[in-house]
Amino acid sequence: MHNTQFQQYQGKVAFKRATSEPAWVRWGLIGLALAFLGLFLLIPLAAVFSEALRKGWGVYLAAITEADALSAMKLTLIASLISVPLNLVFGVAAAWAITKFDFKGKSFLITLIDLPFAVSPVIAGLIFVLIFGLQGWFGEWLIDHDLKVVFAVPGIVLATIFVTFPFVARELIPLMQAQGKEEEEAALVLGASGWKMLWHVTLPNVKWGLIYGVILTNARAMGEFGAVSVVSGHIRGLTNTMPLHVEILYNEYNYAAAFAVASLLTLLALVTLVLKTYVEWQASRDAANIEKEVTA
Amino acid sequence: MASQKKKHLLPGFGLSLGYTLVYLSLIVLIPLAAVFLRTTELSWHEFCAVVTTPRVVATYKLTFGASLLAAVINLVFGLLTAWVLVRYQFFGKKVLDALVDLPFALPTAVAGIALTAIYAPNGWLGQWLEPHGIKVAFTPLGVVVALTFIGLPFVVRTVQPVLEDFSAEAEEAAASLGANRWQTFYKIILPAIWPALLTGFSLAFARAVGEYGSVIFIAGNMPMISEITPLMIITKLEQYDYAGATAIAVVMLVISFVLLLLINLLQWWSNHRHGNK
Repeated sequence: MHNTQFQQYQGKVAFKRATSEPAWVRWGLIGLALAFLGLFLLIPLAAVFSEALRKGWGVYLAAITEADALSAMKLTLIASLISVPLNLVFGVAAAWAITKFDFKGKSFLITLIDLPFAVSPVIAGLIFVLIFGLQGWFGEWLIDHDLKVVFAVPGIVLATIFVTFPFVARELIPLMQAQGKEEEEAALVLGASGWKMLWHVTLPNVKWGLIYGVILTNARAMGEFGAVSVVSGHIRGLTNTMPLHVEILYNEYNYAAAFAVASLLTLLALVTLVLKTYVEWQASRDAANIEKEVTA
Repeated sequence: MASQKKKHLLPGFGLSLGYTLVYLSLIVLIPLAAVFLRTTELSWHEFCAVVTTPRVVATYKLTFGASLLAAVINLVFGLLTAWVLVRYQFFGKKVLDALVDLPFALPTAVAGIALTAIYAPNGWLGQWLEPHGIKVAFTPLGVVVALTFIGLPFVVRTVQPVLEDFSAEAEEAAASLGANRWQTFYKIILPAIWPALLTGFSLAFARAVGEYGSVIFIAGNMPMISEITPLMIITKLEQYDYAGATAIAVVMLVISFVLLLLINLLQWWSNHRHGNK
């Protein structure tokens, strides 16, 4: 009796050792990972706020309430408020077409939707300069009609739409693929109209994926630098978004102000991460609930 | 006929696909085609001359070299981070897990000035590295640091779910057959996560090649030494050399498309393999 218990105990120890690492390896790996993440994530994060507040709260508040900073915030908001809904509608339409129907060239279409992620932001800006710029295709026509796209707000909005193009579609396609089309077909058989079905069946089913996509789109739209930099022309108070305003202040050696505006963008990034974590948690809770219902 | 009807039972096929194609063409396809059409203004000879000047070739070397190095760093430390986050328990793990996505959420310009402030000669880390002869800010090393930062989440996020799903049975079987921990990792776990590792690596690499915002602050942007290719495009544009900017952009686009194709093939291959199991 005593012997078998001992053997069981011994077996357990050996088993545990075989599928886990010794404590010193474990803590060594954790330490190494923490050092890496600390070096690349925590220190830069701390540096932004420390530099922003180096000259005190007075300078900080002055930098973020100055007229140019406020107009940069306004333009950043405008760019995001236009590009997020447009890409949201596109994302739903693309996911609907791709996941509910069969047609030729579907996987090629998905690759094309992903294209903006493979393009350097600088090139994303360049393409709109080539089309709407002075030497561009529509350059002369735009001048004749006294319209401005490049070095003006429309160019910034276009570049922002381009770089945030795939986010919503990319979240929705795998999600709607997994959910299939039985529920929609049932709604249809019960007499729901197409829009009613979209509004009451499809969208509630992909709610969290949709919100997730919007959060990512918004974060990128507000933070985009390269593409917007090419089309903006850096006109203070007129075509400067927040990231561009940070660059201008930084290049003028006005570090405290540059980091003050940067700290606002950093706060936005942190809020984005919190929302993202919350949405992921909600989505996994919903999924677990559905599983429970199915098994019950 | 019956199957045709069943296929289109749900409404909105024409509308949604039509809208998708029009929007995709207007925002992405036609503008991208513009780049290729504009290069036809140059003769083949002129095109080659523009994209192979020594200053431009130096930017390719730095861009691709630094991107590769950064992606390798992320491959190693991304795997380590994913492993630690999936397998071990420690204080603050959930917060760190969420923070891994910071490089996706933080505007690149902010990352650029923050990293520059840290590694500048009087910065938090720069002041300790400088006396040892290690210069990070305003050197190619700074470019690697910035590209490592922006590529950090890719490998972690592709490997993490595969490690989470990895069945304990395979490891137990290996252990009971006498494999030690290192052998189990090397022969059982690593082959299973290899496609995910490779996908994360290529995503990080592709992202790094096109990166602009975080790099220009820390690079110093010295011609022949620390200039990246996207900056070269901007420099040409500022000199109103549209043809030159376009030619370099085409070289970058072609390379990016080949990378995208490789990533897709890789994903298809790993899905295929996974499906067979």
